[in-house]
Amino acid sequence: MTSTSVMGGIVRRKEDPSLIQGKGAYVDDVKRTGELAAVFVRSPFAAATITSIDIEAAKAAPGVHAVYTADDVRHLGPNPAQVAVGTLRPLLADGAVKHVGEAVAMVVAENRYLAQDAADLVFVDYEPGEVVVDLKDAFADKVKVHGDASNILLTWHGHGWWEGVIDLPDPSPGIQEAKERDDTVTVSLEMVNQRLLPTAIEPRAVLADWNSGYGSVELWSSSQIPHAVAGAVGVTFGIPSNKVRVVAPEVGGGFGVKLNVYPDEILVCFASKELGRPVRWTETRREAGFASTQGRGWVGTATITGTADGKILGYELEAICDMGAYSHNFTVAVPLLGLFIAGGQYNFPTSYALHCVVTNTQTTDAYRGAGRPEAAYYLERIVDHFAREIGMDPADVRKANYWKPEDFPVQTAIGLTMDSGDYEKNLDALLDRVGYEDLKAKRDAARAEGRLLGLGLSTYVEVCGFGPSALAGLGFSWGAYGLPTAFNGSGVVRVQPDGTCTVTIGTGPSGQGHETTWAQIVSDGLGIAMDNIEVHHGDSVDLPMGIGTFGSRSIAVDGTATFEATARVRKKAAIIAGHLLEAAPEDIQFADGRAHVAGSPDRAVEWGQIAESAYQPHTLPEGVEGGLESSVVFSPPNATWPFGSHMALVEVDPETGDVDLLEYWATDDCGNVINPMIVDGQLHGGIAQGIAQALYEEAIYDDMGNLLTSSMANYTLPVSTSLPLFSLDRTVTPTDVNPLGVKGVGEAGTIGSAQTIVNAVVDAVAHLGVRHIDMPLRPKRVWQAIQDAKE
Amino acid sequence: MEVSITVNGAKHSSEVEPRLLLVHYLREVLGLTGTHVGCDTGYCGACTVIVDGIPIKSCSMLTVQADGCEVRTVEGVANGPELHPVQEGFWECHGLQCGFCTPGMIMSSVALLERNANPSETEIRQGIEGNLCRCTGYHNIVKSVQYAGAKMRGEDPKGASSEVAS
Ligand code: FES
Ligand code: FES
Repeated sequence: MTSTSVMGGIVRRKEDPSLIQGKGAYVDDVKRTGELAAVFVRSPFAAATITSIDIEAAKAAPGVHAVYTADDVRHLGPNPAQVAVGTLRPLLADGAVKHVGEAVAMVVAENRYLAQDAADLVFVDYEPGEVVVDLKDAFADKVKVHGDASNILLTWHGHGWWEGVIDLPDPSPGIQEAKERDDTVTVSLEMVNQRLLPTAIEPRAVLADWNSGYGSVELWSSSQIPHAVAGAVGVTFGIPSNKVRVVAPEVGGGFGVKLNVYPDEILVCFASKELGRPVRWTETRREAGFASTQGRGWVGTATITGTADGKILGYELEAICDMGAYSHNFTVAVPLLGLFIAGGQYNFPTSYALHCVVTNTQTTDAYRGAGRPEAAYYLERIVDHFAREIGMDPADVRKANYWKPEDFPVQTAIGLTMDSGDYEKNLDALLDRVGYEDLKAKRDAARAEGRLLGLGLSTYVEVCGFGPSALAGLGFSWGAYGLPTAFNGSGVVRVQPDGTCTVTIGTGPSGQGHETTWAQIVSDGLGIAMDNIEVHHGDSVDLPMGIGTFGSRSIAVDGTATFEATARVRKKAAIIAGHLLEAAPEDIQFADGRAHVAGSPDRAVEWGQIAESAYQPHTLPEGVEGGLESSVVFSPPNATWPFGSHMALVEVDPETGDVDLLEYWATDDCGNVINPMIVDGQLHGGIAQGIAQALYEEAIYDDMGNLLTSSMANYTLPVSTSLPLFSLDRTVTPTDVNPLGVKGVGEAGTIGSAQTIVNAVVDAVAHLGVRHIDMPLRPKRVWQAIQDAKE
Repeated sequence: MEVSITVNGAKHSSEVEPRLLLVHYLREVLGLTGTHVGCDTGYCGACTVIVDGIPIKSCSMLTVQADGCEVRTVEGVANGPELHPVQEGFWECHGLQCGFCTPGMIMSSVALLERNANPSETEIRQGIEGNLCRCTGYHNIVKSVQYAGAKMRGEDPKGASSEVAS
């Protein structure tokens, strides 16, 4: 190894000097000469037939260049969503609308103020139809969203979950028999995992500039997946991929909401092509609720059957999962991701039915965790409930059912392989650190005084690092865009002629610090200083492929590609350095910006000298080609499976039902860690989002399909005073799926936290007779649950 | 309408529409794009600037209302090449991830430390309550402001390495 080893160390981020001085360029900060602005006219009805659209007054308004409706864009086909199950969204509503806020017309004008003025002059006649918002009504097909088609798009089961591809034996042997035994207990809870608005603080924004000379287009989009957007634009307009450039510059938060190809991205390209001018659209915050995808939205029942000694003999989960009106990128795949880890870290028989159901609401798709927080919520709530009903400590019940370290690799009941885990060690590390027995005593003492203290525990396993080529085609196929059908990683490492290094990666970060972490990998491998390494991402012309950033995949997949590319560059550099130093390549070591002969640090050449030689091939040894770079596409053999244990201490005010979160501890295991500061930051943000689901946030629709929480003033995001400091620690169980031993950490915090809080609040009031309260645990709900239990 | 506004020490006279928001004046007329727009209800705080010493959400102020005022934005807090202690604190303590809330956070924090040199954790949280961050859970932002406060008081500030789990 090298003396400039920076792997595993805290390194300040390379991104930050720009961002803290206001120099970060987000889409709205990128300017093109001659820009026009687009604004959308949106439906006020959740279900209606459009009988006419009058655009004449709008077209005549000052500064207006064009007003487009479905008639103008029908030939482009529907929105190029990628999982084609159910009805794809039209680019603009075509004869009917299926949710409030669906785009009906687009107005393009000299600037946004004038475009908005004109949008108010578009007159649309609607004939309102019947609306279905309630999930159980939708499941029963009381009102159908799309013509005669059932609202149930499909049901994911634990076995045969992708018909014809994977068909496993029934994984739930003996659950029914166990229920009938005299010595077993069966407990069940119906629970809601409510809808959420992902709410990146930067709204989505797009800017398109079509060049009719080259027949090419450049699109700046606040996206997590610029390459996929480029593929979709190319296919939609029938132009090859080398004529489309999509740039995701600085992206102000993603969380899944920027993991789609949206109609607006296609439509600004269309308008730019038609008008010969760059066209920009920036979402307003209110629009974000209508124009961007939402998350979660499950109603389900979890059931556990087990014996009084804590041994669980069966876990069943049946849920109705809200897809909203149309299918987007991952819509029906989100419950499938939940299914992948629905059995958690436990070795017991399982049975699942996750119904994907459409409603007259905005589409749901990935939101931080995407199906896995929902699955972990149902499992860890019901495990906790079971522990309470049989009078056992919740930590002990978990331990009694864990997979053991020697069981790995574990073949799960739905046919996936879990890479590595040591769940009991991780839980014990948490329990020791918090002083579990003392905490329980403290809680009990407070309770004796009439104070409602509660202690909540959740453990979790997640699946991330997508994705294994073996899963290609199982709904994760982007093949329709000429993109690779597997979620591989890509990275190019190039040493420049002056000995500095440029790294180009296929990720689409939105705050995860990739420039820093990837520079650490390369610095460690080449002995080049962090300051001499620049990392580029988010530009579709930089690399032939890039899958983007989501599903906690970047480090395990694209990180590995860069690690491998670094190793290849090092190998070639060793040959060149060996030639220059008259030493064998095997004896060359890299450190401090130089290559030297092992054992003789003075026999050295600078990286600049190696590069100089590399770019003058006549100076190279025979058979060595010029240049000093490597491009690697990495196909992971498997996903990765991080895990962890979280605990919260809360106090409930018996008079008001207000929940005070006193302490939050987490011990997570994401395998090896490259930059602990960045990893902890990911956990902080993830935990905050889980706590926010538990206590504050909810996307509320009324019966008519109006989103009542479309502004920040009524969608209760956590503010600085809502949250405590978090106390983090980790165990390290590396994976063997990739040579870095890394698993990914972007979503772990969210997957572990919501149920931790709910378990704590229920613990605080369980002795009063409360067994469950649905999220968000706002004071009124908690207070009401206490009152109801008294009756 | 004619306005005259001093921004980061430089005086600007401009002819503006009466409905032009201050944030759009800063971003589009002066090209100072460090001040961001995250909402349309005056809620997120991404647009926070300091007007005559007071942190203001510039999306909720008309340009004409700032006539004759001194405005400071994130582009103006550093002292030449030397970062402001608050900027340094955010860098040292990983107080930002996507960075979109950061300019507003920095301006609120600068204003807080100018009126209270030694705020408690609670006072820091109250001081930035009008600024939403979706990435950090506020943990490292609190640490960043504590770092900056210590630095401004001449004490030895604590960076990320004092805190991170190993
Ligand atoms: S932009 Fe959100 S408060 Fe000003
Ligand atoms: S750093 Fe992303 S919103 Fe605060």
